[in-house]
Amino acid sequence: MNFAVLQFPASNRDQDALHVLSNVFGHTARFVWHKESSLGDADAVIVPGGFSYGDYLRCGAIARFSPVMQAVKQFADNGGPVLGICNGFQILTEAGLLPGALIRNRSLQFRCEYVFLKAATADSPFTNQIPGEKLLRVPIAHGEGCYFADPDTIAKLKANHQILWQYVNAQGGLASGANPNGSLENIAGVCNERRNVAGLMPHPENACEAIVGGTDGRLIFDSLIAWFKNKGAAKAA
Amino acid sequence: MPRLYGGRDTHHHVQRILTAPVMKAKIIITPKKAVLDPQGKTVQSALEHMGYAGIAGVHVGKYLEIDLNGGDKESTRRQLDEACHRFLSNPVIEDYRLEIE
Repeated sequence: MNFAVLQFPASNRDQDALHVLSNVFGHTARFVWHKESSLGDADAVIVPGGFSYGDYLRCGAIARFSPVMQAVKQFADNGGPVLGICNGFQILTEAGLLPGALIRNRSLQFRCEYVFLKAATADSPFTNQIPGEKLLRVPIAHGEGCYFADPDTIAKLKANHQILWQYVNAQGGLASGANPNGSLENIAGVCNERRNVAGLMPHPENACEAIVGGTDGRLIFDSLIAWFKNKGAAKAA
Repeated sequence: MPRLYGGRDTHHHVQRILTAPVMKAKIIITPKKAVLDPQGKTVQSALEHMGYAGIAGVHVGKYLEIDLNGGDKESTRRQLDEACHRFLSNPVIEDYRLEIE
């Protein structure tokens, strides 16, 4: 599988994503600079974390107008899978590829810690390999990860099962104490209506190797890889 | 482009001063009322702790000043209004007010 990992000025988890995809999963991954207008032969796009353009104006607001994002829009319109992580999630909401917005954490603190996530549905390219009761222990590192959308949008997200991941406590409960940033509905990540574009604030790419503290993040990439494999098998049949 | 002689930059500089902005756009961006504004809440409680009375609410936003080279005020307003909607504010979470003077 060919992954394109986008690079903006001040992306900083781009190297982590590329490392994990190529060295842990053994797939092909290459960087695509924000000024490029083509994604080449990419099968999936990762919009990585960081502080693109210094987070000036709003997180992700400037990155969304870069040439590469036009290519990502087209790729997504054609059904290609796109995963935004942290700042990548912010960029995808700013670009209108995902609903809602990410605002300042309710605590006003930059939170850098491990959280527990639960997949709210297995019906997506990004969650199909995550067992329903499995708690994913993954790190977060953000100051503006509070998910907000108006009540109509939230209702639509629920009805369409577009909420993919929620913050839970160690018992798997949707407690407010388990919510690190004040996100509505404990939302950690969502997908679009077509289900091929997703974003989440936590960093699964930093939880793929036991040596750095855990491997639960693998399940998200496992899902994407399995989805792609099934899609190929369906095409061949 | 190669600089042919030293006076060129100075010339441009002078010209820029002569054509100094004749119009100014002022854009005030505030969080929508329905959106949680933890900064506003924190500033409000700090003001109250300092003894300032009668504060009903604080909303922390952004202020942008844009220098304009002149031209038709109405078409400038239309353009900036579009820019506010597409880029300078995020309509999901923010309101804006645009003034041109």
